[in-house]
Amino acid sequence: MTEATLSDYEKRLLDDFQKEFPLHPRPFAVIAERLGVDEDTVLDLLCELQERGLISRVGAVVEPHRVGYSTLAAMRVPQEMLEAVGRFVASHPEVNHCYEREHGLNLWFVVAASSRRKVAEVLADIEYRTGLPVLDLPLEEAFRLDLGFPLTWE
Amino acid sequence: MGVSERDRCLLAAVAGGLPFVRRPFAAIGERCGMDEEEVIARLRRMLATGVIRRFGIVVRHRALGYRANAMVVFDVPDADVRQKALRLCDLPFVTLCYRRRRRPPLWPYNLFCMIHGRERGRVERLAEEAARFAGIAHLPRAALFSRRCFVQRGARYEPPLALPEAEVR
Repeated sequence: MTEATLSDYEKRLLDDFQKEFPLHPRPFAVIAERLGVDEDTVLDLLCELQERGLISRVGAVVEPHRVGYSTLAAMRVPQEMLEAVGRFVASHPEVNHCYEREHGLNLWFVVAASSRRKVAEVLADIEYRTGLPVLDLPLEEAFRLDLGFPLTWE
Repeated sequence: MGVSERDRCLLAAVAGGLPFVRRPFAAIGERCGMDEEEVIARLRRMLATGVIRRFGIVVRHRALGYRANAMVVFDVPDADVRQKALRLCDLPFVTLCYRRRRRPPLWPYNLFCMIHGRERGRVERLAEEAARFAGIAHLPRAALFSRRCFVQRGARYEPPLALPEAEVR
């Protein structure tokens, strides 16, 4: 994939509104005013960024274990099964990140659900349906959580 | 501090993200039986109390050109791990940092951080720099670069209200 090209307005949107998004009845109008464009332009820019797959959403990133429970899990999957197992794991609505990584433990995913029990059920389902052990690596202490992604433009 | 049922309802309603309309909080409120004012007040309160870590645009870093992404892990003695982790957090390029349970012998590492970049060699240098800066360069470590991404989306703590997002490769 080639590098995404972004307009200056798009860059400013991504730089300035990953946090401190206006919690205001007309948030996109507030953003528009700061960028010096109109509200519809901001709505169009965001729709387009989402359609291009460059942003996931505008929303809340929730502190782990305050509302639900989540864990990081890893599996050692034979290479020829990896595509199928990766897709199967990712098909669970409770799985919100799922990556292949360079390691003997080559499939890594985060399971988040409303309760610890539900998370355990998802891990058990994945073990049962794939026949492969799942290594559960529960969080013990968070030092830095998702505070937005520091982008640099070249 | 506890999170009320109404707050949970609201978080579920907003999990798929704000709709791109002029009054998005009013639209979210319609999904969970609240008016716009209540939605905004609850989001503000949850942000202030830390239930919501941040509210805003969530980017897809891979699509934006950050394709060299490493989970860098260390095996740090338990007595030191907190202090070393806080040192790592002083580095702006360390985007996540936490301690997780070890699972020896398969998984001896307890300190995790993420370093994202556009180019692999640079991320490898940053990992080395981070290790030296925190005084843990002599300890066992590994950098697990990502290959395929099967899914990246927000956590949904209730039955999903929106269809899963398309995967980004």
